[in-house]
Amino acid sequence: MEHYNMNLTLKVWKQQNKNAQGGFETYSVKDISSEMSFLEMFDVLNEQLINEGKEPIAFDHDCREGICGMCSMHINGRAHGPWAGTTTCQLHMRAFKDGDTITVEPWRAGAFPVLKDLTVDRTAFDRIIEAGGYVSVNTGNAQDANCLPVDKHKADLAFAAAACIGCGACVAACKNSSAMLFVSAKVSQLALLPQGDPERQTRALNMVAQMDKEGFGSCTNTGACEAECPKEISLTNIARLNREFIGAGFSSEK
Amino acid sequence: MLNAKIPAGPLNTKWEDYKGHCKLVNPANKRSLEVIVIGTGLAGASAAASLGELGYKVKAFCFQDSPRRAHSIAAQGGINAAKNYQNDGDSVYRLFYDTVKGGDYRAREANVHRLAEVSGNIIDQCVAQGVPFAREYGGLLSNRSFGGTQVQRTFYAAGQTGQQLLLGAYSALERQVALGNVKMYSRHEMLDIVKIDGKARGIIARDLITGELERHFGHAVLICSGGYGNVFFLSTNAMGSNVTAAWKATKNGAYFANPCFTQIHPTCIPVSGDHQSKLTLMSESLRNDGRIWVPKKQNDTRKASEIPEDERDYYLERRYPAFGNLVPRDVASRAAKERCDAGYGVGTSKQAVFLDFAAAIERYGNIEAGKRQLSNLSKAEIIKLGKEVVAEKYGNLFDMYAKITGENPYEQPMRIYPAVHYTMGGLWVDYELQTTVPGLYSLGEANFSDHGANRLGASALMQGLADGYFVIPYTLGNYLADEIRTKAIPTDHPAFVEAENKVKETISKLMGIKGTKSVDHFHKKLGKIMWDKCGMARNEQGLKEAIEEIKALRAEFWKDVRVPGAEKEFNPELEKAGRVADFLELGELMCIDALQRRESCGGHFREESQTPDGEAQRDDANFSYVAAWEYKGPGQFELHKEELKFEEVIPSQRSYK
Ligand SMILES: Cc1cc2nc3c(=O)[nH]c(=O)nc-3n(C[C@H](O)[C@H](O)[C@H](O)COP(=O)(O)OP(=O)(O)OC[C@H]3O[C@@H](n4cnc5c(N)ncnc54)[C@H](O)[C@@H]3O)c2cc1C
Ligand code: SF4
Ligand code: FES
Repeated sequence: MEHYNMNLTLKVWKQQNKNAQGGFETYSVKDISSEMSFLEMFDVLNEQLINEGKEPIAFDHDCREGICGMCSMHINGRAHGPWAGTTTCQLHMRAFKDGDTITVEPWRAGAFPVLKDLTVDRTAFDRIIEAGGYVSVNTGNAQDANCLPVDKHKADLAFAAAACIGCGACVAACKNSSAMLFVSAKVSQLALLPQGDPERQTRALNMVAQMDKEGFGSCTNTGACEAECPKEISLTNIARLNREFIGAGFSSEK
Repeated sequence: MLNAKIPAGPLNTKWEDYKGHCKLVNPANKRSLEVIVIGTGLAGASAAASLGELGYKVKAFCFQDSPRRAHSIAAQGGINAAKNYQNDGDSVYRLFYDTVKGGDYRAREANVHRLAEVSGNIIDQCVAQGVPFAREYGGLLSNRSFGGTQVQRTFYAAGQTGQQLLLGAYSALERQVALGNVKMYSRHEMLDIVKIDGKARGIIARDLITGELERHFGHAVLICSGGYGNVFFLSTNAMGSNVTAAWKATKNGAYFANPCFTQIHPTCIPVSGDHQSKLTLMSESLRNDGRIWVPKKQNDTRKASEIPEDERDYYLERRYPAFGNLVPRDVASRAAKERCDAGYGVGTSKQAVFLDFAAAIERYGNIEAGKRQLSNLSKAEIIKLGKEVVAEKYGNLFDMYAKITGENPYEQPMRIYPAVHYTMGGLWVDYELQTTVPGLYSLGEANFSDHGANRLGASALMQGLADGYFVIPYTLGNYLADEIRTKAIPTDHPAFVEAENKVKETISKLMGIKGTKSVDHFHKKLGKIMWDKCGMARNEQGLKEAIEEIKALRAEFWKDVRVPGAEKEFNPELEKAGRVADFLELGELMCIDALQRRESCGGHFREESQTPDGEAQRDDANFSYVAAWEYKGPGQFELHKEELKFEEVIPSQRSYK
């Protein structure tokens, strides 16, 4: 792979805290290597800001391997930037060229208030999981693992749904700020497995109810979530959630 | 001499006996007993969930925005368990034996045996939670092998095993949150322990959003804060992984054991430049199928594809025919360093070796063709089939490699090099996972317990979950049974006030320096000292130099660091500053520990102590102990020894040949 260096202009959202008014600031960075990750480019910028006696830009990140779901930048109008199936931390600078201007914003959604700069509050996702994203089994109750064979195809589908990293890009990408892709991934994982069966109806109802309560919008099937999801969680999960939800609605009318 | 409180009796009945005789707390009393859990990785989340289920009042803390993001999420390759589903000769004893041997005979037998005993329950528990492990067509669980073993006992979920296990533990945790048994404090950092009458009774935490300090009481405190590999700056750990919680415990009287035992993982993506912020692991599971080699000629600049088979040196297969590419990590890392130092390295930096899948792709292609009863396939068609199989097994790892390097690992071999990965050292704990401070426990990577001087692959996940699901629910009860009369202590108690003031002072000091250099500047410098002098190979002179250099760097840090922003706000630079301040103290202790251990064992390679063929040479007569260090003031530590007694596995020179 050929390497090159580039000079860039960055327009970055700055906001002191939840209640403050935010706005864009413009920065320039020089000699950015195409081998850097996008967040390493931000490290360079922050180091530069600190050396100039200015405040660095606050952003969330941890694993930098595309798995923790912490990084969350809206880059040039796209959640996690231009590469498909890629988190912000795995985006590399060879996606850009010398002279580019890059606009970076936080996730925009009512249910994800900005805490500072590019950092948002995603605890609504935890509360949705609390509403039913589990199998009610206490430690110590389990039978031998191989007493429960699972159809490989279904196990693979469950795994694909379980790969969701809870990053919130689906919400940020959606014009309605819907969290359906996230919720459907968890509901699907557990609905596809025999372990999840006993609670599948209450799970779907309760998780959807919590999602509504948190102020996420409704799903109008535009598919932007799937397109921006770094783990390529499939829209078929939303279809499955809808089936689960409708089925649960009918049978729980007591 | 330290007392590990190992139960009497034969090794294989100790844990049964312990469980049969430990004290219990009745359900009504549990409701008024409060437990603080620092960390929500596999160890912390499983402990918090299980203790919540039992009825204790639990408060759990993590510094990320959600407990689901703890660094355990990044574990790739798998988790071991002695299920013997493959009928290939595995057993509890063999897992125990492999772990003690893999740890180069520096682990405590009783703990390791318990770990092997509960390993099977972990898989059962995770499957019951809905963890989607890989399965065979018959619907049963699939296994693969990992380094240092000759059986297939590793359970996995593609290259995302840690993610799936953590999400299982996280969902159990969130269920307890919903039931009101656990209160979750995310974006909170524990910054000190509160001790009253010699016992751990609470913590001081900083709300990372507002910057406010908080006091929290607990009848017991569990440190599950993970490993400290980031003392090297560059490691495979997440950016936020740190030693602060464990280090505050150390400063409050908990001994720190075997700090110098660090694991350097053989297969990571090499450093590409000065901008590098972290290193990415390519899971050890890749060594199941990938073959490691370098050119036979020094400074060979040809592309891998241009180097014919007979000009390649598969040096692990050559040196260790019995285990081949599946030797333990410490052995594989040193062998890579040896080849690169001798001038056989590849890539622009020459600090890399090849990990090659060409043979595996072809082999799998043929097997697949057989399965599908396809004959007369061209080589290209076979390779296509083989690539599909490899993609199913390792797809996410290959994608990650491609994104980072811009190269396609299906077409050309990966370039890999060793990197800091895991820390076997940690808080000293006894059989009950209690530190030397009563009421203060440590679980998971944060403690030192089970891996001796080298951890085998897929055993950290096992240990974290063993500690949290199956050990602490018993051992903590044994302590809390005597605490049922202790009422919750109000947090205006002088000990809380004093601890909070201490934390406040440190923060003001950091903010007040207003120096000229960023926190990262110091962290990088510390990392370089540690890597050069306390890394894959260590010697007396280097370690002595490192100690002086770290002292000087620490002094400079406290004079010249610049922490921008304010105290009472979301301030990631301030968080980093506190963590690096602690690393600057820990780094010195690691070098002191490495200096006193004048033997080589596992990941600790003292150049002065090697066999004629360059393998680690242990010195059991003089060093068969755990080195547990007591903090005595800045830069001062007193060594306490826990003698290691081997009743079952007789230490011998480890051989993988
Ligand atoms: C890339 C990678 C791959 C790996 N792959 C494998 C594998 O395949 N198999 C295997 O067995 N092992 C693997 N390991 C090792 C294994 O993942 C870890 O050892 C294990 O997950 C550690 O779990 P833990 O619960 O002890 O800590 P962690 O998961 O690191 O959790 C630490 C927790 O503590 C919290 N915390 C830390 N400090 C504070 C503080 N001061 N205040 C509040 N909270 C705090 C954090 O927020 C976090 O919640 C891998 C490690 C890496 C780096
Ligand atoms: S569904 Fe995709 S975009 Fe949404 S939270 Fe999960 S991983 Fe992120
Ligand atoms: S930092 Fe973990 S997914 Fe990006």
